[in-house]
Amino acid sequence: MAETRIVGIDLGTTNSLVAFMQGDYPVVIPGEDGLNLVPSVVAIPDPKKVIVGYPAYPYLARTPDRVIYSAKRLMGRGVEDVQDEVKLFPFHLAPDIQPGEILRLQIGPQQYTPPEISAYILRQLKKNAERYFGAPVTKAVVTVPAYFNDAQRQATKDAGRIAGLEILRLVNEPTAAALAYGLDRQREGIVAVYDLGGGTFDISILKLQDGIFEVIATNGDTHLGGDDIDNLLIAIALDDIHGEQNLDLRTDPEVVQAIRKAVIEAKIALSTSDVSRLDVTLPDGQSYRREITREQFEQIIQPVLDRTLGPCVQALKDASLTPGQVDEVVLVGGSTRIPLVRRLTDQIFHLAERGKKPHTELNPDEVVALGAAVQAHILEGGSAATEDMLLLDVTPLSLGIEALGGVVAKIIQRNSTIPASATEHFTTGVDGQANVAIHVVQGEREMAKDCRSLARFDLKGIPPMSAGLPRIEVRFLIDANGILHVSAREQRSGKEAEIEVKPTYGLTDEQVETMILDSFDYAEQDFHQRQLIEARTEAGTILAAVEKAHVNPAWHHLTDDERAQIALISEELSVLKEGDDLQALRAATEALDKATRRFAELMMDSAVSSAIQGHTMESAGEKLGEGPTAPHPFAPAEIK
Amino acid sequence: MHTAEPQSVTAACWSCGASLPAAQPFCPQCGKVQAPLDGVDYFAVFGLPRKLNIDLPALERSFYRLSRKLHPDLYAQATPQEQQWSLDQTSLLNDAYRTLKNPVVRTEYLLKLEGIVLEAGKSDDGISKESRVPADLLEEVFELNMQLEEMSMNRKMGEDDPALRTDLEKARIEFESQLGAVDSNLQTLWTRWDAAIDDNSDTTKIKDETVALLDRRRYIRNLVRDVNEALET
Repeated sequence: MAETRIVGIDLGTTNSLVAFMQGDYPVVIPGEDGLNLVPSVVAIPDPKKVIVGYPAYPYLARTPDRVIYSAKRLMGRGVEDVQDEVKLFPFHLAPDIQPGEILRLQIGPQQYTPPEISAYILRQLKKNAERYFGAPVTKAVVTVPAYFNDAQRQATKDAGRIAGLEILRLVNEPTAAALAYGLDRQREGIVAVYDLGGGTFDISILKLQDGIFEVIATNGDTHLGGDDIDNLLIAIALDDIHGEQNLDLRTDPEVVQAIRKAVIEAKIALSTSDVSRLDVTLPDGQSYRREITREQFEQIIQPVLDRTLGPCVQALKDASLTPGQVDEVVLVGGSTRIPLVRRLTDQIFHLAERGKKPHTELNPDEVVALGAAVQAHILEGGSAATEDMLLLDVTPLSLGIEALGGVVAKIIQRNSTIPASATEHFTTGVDGQANVAIHVVQGEREMAKDCRSLARFDLKGIPPMSAGLPRIEVRFLIDANGILHVSAREQRSGKEAEIEVKPTYGLTDEQVETMILDSFDYAEQDFHQRQLIEARTEAGTILAAVEKAHVNPAWHHLTDDERAQIALISEELSVLKEGDDLQALRAATEALDKATRRFAELMMDSAVSSAIQGHTMESAGEKLGEGPTAPHPFAPAEIK
Repeated sequence: MHTAEPQSVTAACWSCGASLPAAQPFCPQCGKVQAPLDGVDYFAVFGLPRKLNIDLPALERSFYRLSRKLHPDLYAQATPQEQQWSLDQTSLLNDAYRTLKNPVVRTEYLLKLEGIVLEAGKSDDGISKESRVPADLLEEVFELNMQLEEMSMNRKMGEDDPALRTDLEKARIEFESQLGAVDSNLQTLWTRWDAAIDDNSDTTKIKDETVALLDRRRYIRNLVRDVNEALET
């Protein structure tokens, strides 16, 4: 099998990107629209129609309850975690979800889990990359917030599988950003990456030495980002409207979306101007208008931004460093464009007083994807550009098991370099007991109920022995993706114990299997299929143009040979269009294009001469105000 | 399943057939990762003797050097078997580095290798409070607990007592210096331990003293943490 490229993907809360290493530097792969960003928005107006990215935006106004955005905030979470924010989303949860169960969204008649929604975004990125390379793409490095827990990471991996992408590595976003920056010049020393994105906040502190990127400490909040700023502004606007016009629009999703759009525009504008205006038309025909100064804006968002302070302080403490020992600060994520965020990071790390400035040279929206591409390149085997570069990341949260009385016994501390492992011994409490249950949690609190439940492992098939006699050795291993693996064996019998895993908020393997949109085996075939469809469309377009050409006066200026040649190739192409031979189809299309080139020129000439003579051919009125028409009637078809 | 001493194992590289030095995680000839062996201790991972004084910069250099040979990133395109070995070898390396770079955890680990079970669990789980009060600290600890209680009462009432704060600051300095003293005693014990290993002499007494000192350290460290918590909030 041909070696396929590994791409780097930033699966963001607000925007997603795909990048790859071109020569010595990573570049973002644009979509068909020529844009680098694919908004993480998925519209499903009916179960057979899924629209991703910018084209999904119009549906926010039309069918807001069938558009999903910020799905990343729902990954690996339970219904009890998302009560508050779900109220602000225009889409709805399925009515029958139980606590501890994976979330399901009710979109029209269908239900979708967050990994399925993310899979649609990944599929779009995969498509963009395949279009760019002209070859299938099946492997990727995908970034996740450093502070994502096991369930959130697993959900991301599941999304990859559903989308037909093998995720070779999950890389933490701030670490990826450090990689992108580290490529630029040989840096040594302590670097702090402050990553405030659309939905999540991460702080990572790294030590860079001889190409090794060793993460020393990381911290964050997976529910803190630009979305929270938007939600705050939306709430204020709704309150205003309620107060001034006595209109309660909180339950009107269309108005909420219109306000959302307006506050996001105002927020972005306030990063560069001192004042901005909100202007929203309300259903009663009235308008809500408000001027907002940067000063007011900063006052409003200060409490949100202050929440980044605690994680920064904790990360420094865990790294045993003072702010003054941090050599460089890198700002990542769209929200770090806000001037107040820059002032805040300056305060936290005492930058200005040390004559330093945070690094913002790389586009904060793209730097994570670029870093993912660097890591993808390293996994491919690397080159001179990445030689000696090695990333040593950590697990953001302590791993523990629930002990007697609901207390957590920590077995792998947070900020341990991954892969990391721990071995624990368990025994039975009753004679002949055949099963032992282990509850694994993640978090820093002392009681299991205050931590994140990851899974319940049921050790089965323990040979019958007196209580306390079996010695079951359980190995907990966190891999380089930050995902937990558990294996066990009964030491006295040497028997591998059978483990049944019940993920608390995840999908089972079987569920993922049934959701897989495009399995790996079919990726190549699918790609071929898509190319065939595109080539057929193109052939159809050119054939239709030839058909129309017969009535054009220019047609009669061709020689008999030329017309015969065109007819012959047209016929051949009509046949090939119905077949499966992609190469022959493309060759014939090209041949027909070539054969009709002189006709196109002739037609151009006659069009130009008629234009000079004063619009005799066409009705002048229709043409007015329009730009030049396409010079070649057989320009390649636009593939939708 | 064999449980032979790793030192006695001689093996050949699965890939190129070169003979492997004891507990070597990768082949010195072809560089390929090898199957992990059972029973390799954290000192052996770095080729170190079971001694307590460790040159930390050298340990870090070894850690980086071995990471560059074993890390899963280098085996992303390799066979599933090699990927598994790389994962196992790297997690062993990381666990070993994490344990040895922290002096207290390193000491506890060595005691565990010597078959000693420490009371109140691990030093770093943050919840062990069951240690006995060291006799010479009884009076000070009693006073400190009174002050901490008063402090928490004040907090509940929303009051601030500057005099109490000053007392606690003093206590913090006092116990932090106690902690420093324990650490320097610990260093002396390390040196004695290392010397005893060199001359092959009896280590029982050093072990007992180390266990007692670690208990004392844990107790004082918890006190320092409690005082810090009270002062911070």
